[in-house]
Amino acid sequence: MIAVQSLSRHFGTIKAVDDISFNVGKGEILGFLGPNGAGKSTTMKMITTFLAPTSGTASVGGCDIIDQPIEVRARIGYLPESSPSYKDMNVYDFLMFAAEIRGYDGSERIDRVKKIMETCNLKEVAYQQIDTLSKGFRQRVGFAQAFLHDPEYLILDEPTDGLDPNQKQEVRNLIKSMGREKCIILSTHILEEVEAVCTRAIIIGSGKIVADGSPADLKAKSKRHGAVYLELENVDSNEVMTSLEKVQGVDKAEKINAEAPASEEGGKAGNLSRVRVYPMFGKSIAHEIASFVRQKNWKLERFSVEEGDLNEVFYNLTKGGAAR
Amino acid sequence: MRNFKAIFKRELKSYFESPVAYVFIVIFLLATTGCTFFISKFFENRAATLEPFFVWHPWLYLFLVPAVGMRLWSEERKSGTIELLFTLPVTMEQALVGKFFAAWLFVGIALFMTFPMVITVAYLGSPDYGIIFASYLGSFLLAGAFLAVTCLFSAMSKNQVISFVLSVVACFAMLMLGVGVFTDFLNRFFPVWLSESISAFSFFTHYQGFQRGLIDSRALVYFISIIAFMLAANAVVLERKKSE
Repeated sequence: MIAVQSLSRHFGTIKAVDDISFNVGKGEILGFLGPNGAGKSTTMKMITTFLAPTSGTASVGGCDIIDQPIEVRARIGYLPESSPSYKDMNVYDFLMFAAEIRGYDGSERIDRVKKIMETCNLKEVAYQQIDTLSKGFRQRVGFAQAFLHDPEYLILDEPTDGLDPNQKQEVRNLIKSMGREKCIILSTHILEEVEAVCTRAIIIGSGKIVADGSPADLKAKSKRHGAVYLELENVDSNEVMTSLEKVQGVDKAEKINAEAPASEEGGKAGNLSRVRVYPMFGKSIAHEIASFVRQKNWKLERFSVEEGDLNEVFYNLTKGGAAR
Repeated sequence: MRNFKAIFKRELKSYFESPVAYVFIVIFLLATTGCTFFISKFFENRAATLEPFFVWHPWLYLFLVPAVGMRLWSEERKSGTIELLFTLPVTMEQALVGKFFAAWLFVGIALFMTFPMVITVAYLGSPDYGIIFASYLGSFLLAGAFLAVTCLFSAMSKNQVISFVLSVVACFAMLMLGVGVFTDFLNRFFPVWLSESISAFSFFTHYQGFQRGLIDSRALVYFISIIAFMLAANAVVLERKKSE
């Protein structure tokens, strides 16, 4: 388990990380979200013992980051931001170097490195200088280095940064497959990634935790969570709005001016009313709306219940703190 | 020990994987022998001694050793690999000492390649091998001291050029402390005991002992403690600067 206890780091008068506490257990994939400069990387650097905290501490698998930094490092696989590596070395030599420091010798070292090169699809570039590799390959070298010793704890700082969509998918699958028996913290500012990969997300703004929960929990904080989206044909939208707002549990209805899709066959688009109906807090309104529409005999084109929008939650929680 | 070995090996290998190593060795050999033969007039002296060879070492090291050592930490800091290095299970001491010894051995290799000079004097006459051995030892220790200073300044800046310039200036100061002109200058302002003790810290005075064939334990202790002190200072600087 990674246990972070009131960790803080100040740079001069700036509180880059301000009294953060959380625990991550085995099998969890924790997504660290936040705008640039919110303190994600700083927190990760402290957990990996690279940066000393101003106050507070953390422990990784029972080892304290201040008192037993070497033990902590031995347990962690860390991918620093933009995955730095010795550019004048070739991939094989670089991984052999990491393996040597990780404590592997002789044939075991060679086996480890060969195996990890296979896992990370690095075989074809094994003897190329890291300098000459594309960003995607370099990122994979960083991964290989982090996974080399099959660590129980993985800390990945923007693992999919700079990768193409296919590579991103690959990396996400890799992380997901490993998440079951490991404890992973990854940082990202791509919200879809959190939904796709993480079992839990923490949003940091201005060095503080502003939200902590599963991606679904976070989405539930959205105003749109549980909202019903309707497309109705041949109705007077103003009448629809006023009548919908009288339905029990409805907070308000909102008319959506979708950019009229010109491609839709003539006239139809003009008669289409798009409405989003927001529930009062904690109410579920899907049934009520459905039966109301049926009762009114409106011609329904589309009906969907929204889960909520992580972007909106993110924005609301972190705006104002974006510039640090 | 294994971590020391891993870092030492990686660092030494990285010297030879770039052209810098070969450029350095060639320039060092050309400069040392060139100075010996053309400026010191080795042949005209008609003496079977390597003194005109070793007398140039401090002045050549002054520029060449900072050139070898300037990248040791600035490069790590600039490319961000320092974050990788210090999140691997490696202690600060292992990394510092590993890198330092790799660079020192590299300079040692270049120094070793001057052995044809020894063969030359042995062929031309009968030199005192004791003096030659002591001079080589002194030269190697002097290079180590220069290198330790360079390591310290290398950790101070991400820019290799700045590291280089600072190192040259610092090395020059350490050298000049013991040179006559400078001591005379100091004597004008300070009492003799003070200027004497300042010049006692000079690389130059301690190096000269070796050139006379004297392996003085005080000089050995001096060079080793200078190296240790500089590396300790290096650790302090690095601890503060590594995450910047």
